[in-house]
Amino acid sequence: MDLDNLIKQFQKKDEKAFETLYGMYAENICGVIYTIVKDQERAQELCQDVFVKIWDKSDTYNPSKGRFFTWILNIARNTAIDELRSKAHKNNKKNLQLDSFVGILKHDKDFNNKIDVIGLESLLIGLKEKCILLIDLLYFKGYTQKEAAETLKKPIGTIKTRIRACISEIRKNRNL
Amino acid sequence: MDIKKYIASGILELYVAGTLSVEENLEVQHYAIKYPEIQKEIETIEAAILELTSVVSPGLSNDSFKKVKSELDDVIPFAPTPSPKRTPWISYLGWAASLIFAIGMLWMYLQNDKLESEIKITEQEIQTLEEQIIDGEQILVEKGKTEKLLKELRNKNVNVVALAGQNVAPESYAKVYWNKPEQKVYVDAQGLPKPPAGFTYQVWSLKLEPLAPTSIGLLDDFANNETSVFELENVNESEAFGITLEPEGGSESPNLDQLYTLGAVGR
Repeated sequence: MDLDNLIKQFQKKDEKAFETLYGMYAENICGVIYTIVKDQERAQELCQDVFVKIWDKSDTYNPSKGRFFTWILNIARNTAIDELRSKAHKNNKKNLQLDSFVGILKHDKDFNNKIDVIGLESLLIGLKEKCILLIDLLYFKGYTQKEAAETLKKPIGTIKTRIRACISEIRKNRNL
Repeated sequence: MDIKKYIASGILELYVAGTLSVEENLEVQHYAIKYPEIQKEIETIEAAILELTSVVSPGLSNDSFKKVKSELDDVIPFAPTPSPKRTPWISYLGWAASLIFAIGMLWMYLQNDKLESEIKITEQEIQTLEEQIIDGEQILVEKGKTEKLLKELRNKNVNVVALAGQNVAPESYAKVYWNKPEQKVYVDAQGLPKPPAGFTYQVWSLKLEPLAPTSIGLLDDFANNETSVFELENVNESEAFGITLEPEGGSESPNLDQLYTLGAVGR
């Protein structure tokens, strides 16, 4: 079954289709959430929450709005950021500044966790820090072009070509 | 369109990131369907992001989907529970209820309308009946008056005097019923024409030797007296009665040119 049909079945509340989609994207969703909340257990819990949300909101997905993965990526980011905000509120921390997804490298090396550190490092060969930062803002944090341009202090018109170049580096590393 | 240039612009990377406007999204979608090369490029970009996001995953337990599923069970029960059928059934029930309600409202509206018109009809009937009662009462009053009058006229003390038409109106006639002990006369003026406007009939008691008339009253409100019988007082030792037409309000002495009827009291 191709992806379009799978999504259609899922939207008809077909549990098998949902399980297949879960198998396809659960790791990605968990990864994105983990880079934001930086707590493995919590990330796994939130990951499950996100898939429950996806199931409940399945009828709100419309292919004309974009890729299915883009849709669930957005739900995952928002869930993780909400979690972080409520946590920051509880801990009375006003500063929500986050480091990029590579921040977990250091963290995970220290604690010797399950992160595929080697995989990540191999994927990021040749990528400049500014590239990593831009990927982080656009894919992991859901910034708009304008917000990314302001954060990086670059003209908005350069964002598109820069992200193209950065993703190309990753594709090179995986022969994509 | 230059597909290579379009791909090189970086718009597809932003499409996968989900940061394009609605219009830009539709544009990319349109080109992706039209040009397989663009569709393939989108999928490859997505694959790169999938690589990147999966390597940072803290990993999932083998039964992680079961946990998700168990939470789904809490929210929406799956078959064999009759959940999917329940929604249409309940909504049919809802529709049926609202339909019944609407019909009920319509029925009540029509009933109300009907009752209102019935009330109107009944009110009209009541009015008609009240009018009939008034008429009936009037009839009874009239009948009572007539009976009383008849009784008066039949009184054994009553002397009937026929007054014959004179020169002015030979066809006219009148009758005087004189109850001497009670000093009352009843003048039946049915045989007199209706007096012209501004005039009235005046009744006179006459002594014949010598001729001396005494007024005993006016036949006032002639047109509205249904019986045309007028009750007057008469204290005189009358020998005859006469009726003349006089200006409204009556005269001191009779205008004999306008003597309508005249008749002598029989012995």
